[in-house]
Amino acid sequence: MIVRIATEDQYRLPDNDAERLNELDNRAVAAVEADEEDTFHQVFEEMLQLVRTDGHKLDGDELEESDVIIPPPDTSFTEAAREFTGEGLIPD
Amino acid sequence: MPGMGGRMSTVIKAKINKMLDKAEDPSETLEYSYAKQMELLQNVKKGIADVVTAKKRLQLQQQKLEQQVVKLDTQARQALSAGKEDLARTALERKQFAQTELQTLDQQVVELESQQQGLIDKEQKLRSKLEQFRTKKEVIKAQYSAAEAQVKISEAATGVGEEMADVGMAMQRAMDKTENMRARAGAMDELEASGAFDDNLTLTAGQDDIDRQLHELTSGSQVDDDLAKMKAELGEGGAPSPALEQGKPADQPTQGGQQ
Repeated sequence: MIVRIATEDQYRLPDNDAERLNELDNRAVAAVEADEEDTFHQVFEEMLQLVRTDGHKLDGDELEESDVIIPPPDTSFTEAAREFTGEGLIPD
Repeated sequence: MPGMGGRMSTVIKAKINKMLDKAEDPSETLEYSYAKQMELLQNVKKGIADVVTAKKRLQLQQQKLEQQVVKLDTQARQALSAGKEDLARTALERKQFAQTELQTLDQQVVELESQQQGLIDKEQKLRSKLEQFRTKKEVIKAQYSAAEAQVKISEAATGVGEEMADVGMAMQRAMDKTENMRARAGAMDELEASGAFDDNLTLTAGQDDIDRQLHELTSGSQVDDDLAKMKAELGEGGAPSPALEQGKPADQPTQGGQQ
């Protein structure tokens, strides 16, 4: 599967990482909803690390659409919170 | 994709797609509109230039603040040797404030540098993907039937389109951050203009608003330490002399971080 870390790069990951990634994503969202900033950053960082270490960067000649797009690595907790209440990282 | 119900990803993907939808059909755009692509690359270049400008301005402020730190230290020394402890304290408080600002500036310059590099990388990546698309398109046209070629070209176009949207996002974020720093730099300039870092130390200590604010802002203990250190140094070797160690502050600021 192809995963993009927004503003960074696209990576090719083994398909069986999908479940792990999905779980981390759900935990990140849950942390935002529970207003737990530290947990959010911790889980989000784990997500980024999983993609960066398990994935291989796509070459410049590969023109692929991503299956998954993860928010930019420098996403703040405030931005993440806004993301789930309407306006977010990318203005509507 | 099955099993990928991740909400963060879904939200971001939906927004990226919305951005792409707003643009003309990416396949069309890529195939025919060379001008459009160049425009996008020019925008990225402009974004990079803005970041560089902001960085230069911050570096200029770094230099000014470094000079201020040296000057205020000297002034504190002079005031102390002239027996004006209040005045020395004010100078040291200002020095402390300037040093704190310097630390913030150092961090910001580092951050801007990484943004600048990030945008340069993104621009190169996008350029290379656009080139790749142009080449690939011709190969696909030659190898596949018209219908198949259309599907394949459109897939490749989506890949490039996503890259374009991502570059746009990276640029927007860089601009927002640069704007924040610019606002802060502007506030610093105002503070300076209003006399916070005035080199005229004839004013009496604590006479204006800024001094009161500085009393609150700066950590008293650091100022007390500096003052005690300075007193000890001045105390050595007998009677204080007004010209003592003029222009030779004990606590030289680091000259690093300038590029």
